[in-house]
Amino acid sequence: MTAPRLIEARGLTVRRGAATVLDGVDFRIAAGEIVTVVGPNGSGKSTLLRALLGIQPLAAGSVTRRPGLRVGYVPQKLAVDRTMPLTARRLLSLPRRLSATQTAAALARVGLPAGVADRQVADLSGGQLQRVLLARALAGGPEILVLDEPTQGLDQTGKAAFYRLIEDIRRETGCAVLMVSHELHVVMAASDRVVCLNGHVCCEGAPQVVSAAPEYRALFGPGTQGSLALYRHVHDHAHDDAHDHAHGPAQDRPRRAEADGGSGCAAAGARTDA
Amino acid sequence: MLDDFLVRAALAGAGTAAATGPLGAFVVWRRMAYFGDATAHAAILGVAVALASGLPVMAGTLLVALAMAATVSGLAGRGWAMDTTLGVLAHSALAAGVVAVSFLPGVRVDLTALLFGDILAVSAGDLAVIWTGALAVLALLAWRWSALVTATLDADLAHAAGIDPDRERLVLTLALAVTVAVALKVIGALLIAAMLIVPAAAARAVAQSPEGMALLAAVIGAGAALAGLALSWRLDTPAGPSVIVCAAAAFVLSLAAGRLRRG
Repeated sequence: MTAPRLIEARGLTVRRGAATVLDGVDFRIAAGEIVTVVGPNGSGKSTLLRALLGIQPLAAGSVTRRPGLRVGYVPQKLAVDRTMPLTARRLLSLPRRLSATQTAAALARVGLPAGVADRQVADLSGGQLQRVLLARALAGGPEILVLDEPTQGLDQTGKAAFYRLIEDIRRETGCAVLMVSHELHVVMAASDRVVCLNGHVCCEGAPQVVSAAPEYRALFGPGTQGSLALYRHVHDHAHDDAHDHAHGPAQDRPRRAEADGGSGCAAAGARTDA
Repeated sequence: MLDDFLVRAALAGAGTAAATGPLGAFVVWRRMAYFGDATAHAAILGVAVALASGLPVMAGTLLVALAMAATVSGLAGRGWAMDTTLGVLAHSALAAGVVAVSFLPGVRVDLTALLFGDILAVSAGDLAVIWTGALAVLALLAWRWSALVTATLDADLAHAAGIDPDRERLVLTLALAVTVAVALKVIGALLIAAMLIVPAAAARAVAQSPEGMALLAAVIGAGAALAGLALSWRLDTPAGPSVIVCAAAAFVLSLAAGRLRRG
């Protein structure tokens, strides 16, 4: 890849108390690249994002961000609740103030009606708040969008729509996208790379775009328009601890249904081996 | 005009409310109620330290309040279970302060004034200190406003936007210590936290934006101070508690108003 590296981590290690949350993770993301990080709950995905953004102190290793990198961060949820009166308009202007025109454009870009601007953030649905936060992140003209589990709580169609939006935004602005997802097997089809994390990088590769197959429609239903794809984990090692992946050479034995997104995995095995 | 003790009291109340209103909004947003309590209670210890060491009372109060606020802030930064820790700190500070004051040889300290304030005894000099402190707090908050609100909303979000949430917390800690030192004379150690929380909570029910809530909290606080003084004058009730009673009445009214407006 010739595109310049935006963020690069080498041997990234994070400890919390006696526990090692991340152990020797190497990671890189280049300009314009879409990288999806998947992993079960507690696998250190959010910690990795925080470490890459320089929020999380490292026990060992290094993170290099391109100097002056403009980051658009979309948190999973906001910590503040109804105690703070806050309209979507005001949220879009934090910390840098947007004009009324810019606010309207930002909302329109993420497919929200202009009327959302004057509604209280606490009254928005999860999907609407997610889009407002995305609009806020985009308003800063980011070179990289960082999204922490952006599709949590959305149904299949909602996820597909959100992924299509991200794909369009990347095409228009050329910004890189770094996204974390707890769904192990169903990922955004436009991902250039999928990194499977469980304390360390288990495997990485490209997602398999199978939207052409009629079975895709059976799996994901109509309306997803090919924005979802399957990621096939090829793990060449086993974990001693409880880990919800089926490890071992994937070709040699049939995949088991797994705890997290199990049905997607079983379907992936059936589909992609066909 | 400043010769009239009632005018001085009114100005002292308004000055205190100008600082406690906007700062109180942050105390509510960040769930720092106990934090305010602990810092305010430490102020009594500050008075004891000042009297024992010959420092000006204001300086002693400010120093000890700052030390307490920094301690609590440091603990919060480490992700401790804050409820119990803060409870221990807040009440220990209060008890230790009262005990320390009783040890002072040859000094007669009006404990009631320390606990509940003595707004009617505010001198012109006190007034100058109160307004200087209040304006300093307001200037600090105004300067850092956008960063403070962003960091309050979400620490990671702030970080990604180039704001250091720890620095903003330090700003609030400093503002809280100054406010406590300023408000001790006016409203007393026991009720400073009430002056922070009650007007801000009252403003929440009707405000539409963070700025609106902060401004309205200051206005409600100042109104409560004036109404409390009037109540105290007419019915000969203790001034500090009367102010908080009026603030609480404003809270009930604004809840009702907010409910009505939402239908």
